[in-house]
Order: sequence, then structure tokens, then C-alpha cells
Amino acid sequence: MGAALIAELPALPLHTAGKYVAAAYVVLFALVLIYVSIMAVRMSRIERELAELLQDAESHADPAGPASAEDVRRPESTPA
Amino acid sequence: MSSPSRPASGAAETSQRPRGGGALYGSGLRTLSIATVAVMTLGLALVFFYAPLEAEQGFLQKIFYVHVPLAIVALGGFVIGGLLAIQHLRTRDPRWDMRSYVAIHMSLIFGVGALITGSIWAKGSWGHWWVWNEPTLVSFLIVFLLYATYQPLRFAIEDPERQARYASVFAITAGAFVPMNFIAVRLSTAYLHPRVLGGTSSLPGSMALTFMVCLAGIALLFATLCKYELTAKHTRAQVRALRRRLAGESATTQARRPRSAAPTLNPAATMSARAAGRPG
Repeated sequence: MGAALIAELPALPLHTAGKYVAAAYVVLFALVLIYVSIMAVRMSRIERELAELLQDAESHADPAGPASAEDVRRPESTPA
Repeated sequence: MSSPSRPASGAAETSQRPRGGGALYGSGLRTLSIATVAVMTLGLALVFFYAPLEAEQGFLQKIFYVHVPLAIVALGGFVIGGLLAIQHLRTRDPRWDMRSYVAIHMSLIFGVGALITGSIWAKGSWGHWWVWNEPTLVSFLIVFLLYATYQPLRFAIEDPERQARYASVFAITAGAFVPMNFIAVRLSTAYLHPRVLGGTSSLPGSMALTFMVCLAGIALLFATLCKYELTAKHTRAQVRALRRRLAGESATTQARRPRSAAPTLNPAATMSARAAGRPG
């Protein structure tokens, strides 16, 4: 099905200007990809900071020591 | 960051947010992302399987559908950054400064895309990566370089309030320069560069439709990435405020932040207002 569909598509003249066109579109997607990668790094940093803050909050609330990671993830009021 | 006579940014934010701390910048992000992917996919399909080959340039002209929308959206973003800066100077609300900063930041990224794709098109079409006697190219480069000084300008000013004010003045001045620059180029030069704005009527219907869909896709991408950036910055500000609060610092005092080109919302006041149970 897929192969038949591809065979029906018009052939693109990639032998002449194709490399320039491909390069231009690759630039667009590379820019977006780089941006998304940077944002992913930032998000993971925020996630790590939040995990630290949760532990700090637990230690403030319970002087006996911070709750385990499993407890933090699944409070009693939340269905598993 | 905020003057005594004005509401702190955090308090202003709180007034627009549900008590429970619902998302402000993140709302609608998923819908916007889905719309962006859909329109960009449609645009690519139209470019390669619907729009006819141009008579002179042939397949190479397909770069037009990515280069021109990138350039238009980048220039539009610079102007929008200026308009948001006007709003910042009128209200002194740092959220407008943040929006202006993000719009200009994103426009610079799109500007890089426009310059690179333009160079690739020039190489394929004219045999050179860059042509200095082409006024539109050079004027775009001048605008891009002008805005490239925006972040160093911000970074050079340590006081956040002064930084925001000066950056807004810069954004307004440079934003006004963008259309003036291109109008001057149009009025004073021969039409060497392919004209798009005001000239789409000369394109065949299928090409014009494809171009409009691509322009909409790139504009949606711009909006999505701006919203994404704003959401991330807002979340980070909230995390910092929470950290300070847990560390026992006074939530109402502005903690000294490291020098940065990026504007910072006043999360301390946000947390203070929220802790006090005030809606704003």
C-alpha cells in the first residue's frame, strides 16, 4: 500500500537543484530541533530542581527525615 | 524591579490566574502545537506535490516557500517586539518586557533561518552565497545585526528595571526602523529581488495558496515557540520563588539575581500574594 503510494507520487528533480532545496528545508528543521533540544535540557533542569524542592519541603514538614521518592510520587490521596 | 507606585509583576500575574495556581502561559499550548504541526505538514505537502515548478528557476524555487515566510515572520516579530515594548513602557508591567524579549529573541532565530536559506537560494540561483549589491539582502542583514545587539545591551545593564526600560526603548526604535528600512529600499532601488508583499497577485493561484499556507505555518511555529519559551521562563521563575521561600527568605524582598540578559518576572511577590491568599 505504502510502496504503491510512493510509486504514484511525482518524481522530484533531486539531481539538479534538489540538494539546495533539501539543504534549505533541513536548515529549518535543524533550527527547530536545536531549539527543542535546548528547551528539553531546560525542562529537565526544572524537573530536577522541583524534585529537590519536594525533598526540602518534606524535610521541613517532617523533621524525622524526608519521605522516600516513592511516597512523594504517590501521595495517599492519589489513586495509583 | 518594580517601582513602589506600581503593582509588582507577580501580583499582577496572580490577579489573572486562578487561586489554585492554574497555568497562565501554558494554556492552549497543546492546541497551538497541534495546529502548527498540521498547517506545516499541509504546507510541505502543497510545496512538493501541488505547487507547480516555476518556469525560470524550476525546482530551486521551492526554497521560496521557506525563505520568504521565515524572513516575513522574523521582521514581523521584530515589529511585534516593539509594540510589546510600548505596552511595557505604558504600564511598567515586566510581563510585557518579557513578551517583547521573547518575540525579539525568537525573531533572531527565525532571522538566522532566513539568512541561511537565502544564502542557499542565492548559491543555487546566482552561484554566490552572498551578493552585496542586492539591497534587500543587505538591508535584512543590517536589521538582523541591529537586533543582534539587543541581548548584549540588556546584559550590559545590571539593574533589572533600568535594563527593561532601556531594552524597551531600543525595541521601539529598532521596531520602527524595520518597516522604514524596507520602504526606503523599495522606493529607491530597481526591483532586483523577488517581491512578495503586494506582489502575490502575480503568482499563479496554486503558488499563492501554497505560499499563504507556508506563511501561516511559520507564523504558527513562531507563536508556538514564543508561548513555549514564556511558559518555561514563568515555570522557572516560580521554581526559584519556591526555592527562596523554602530557604526561609522573605518572600517580599527581591533577591539579588545573577546578571542576565533575560528579563525576570518578580516571583517573590507572586508567592507572597499567593501565600496571603490575595487574588491580586
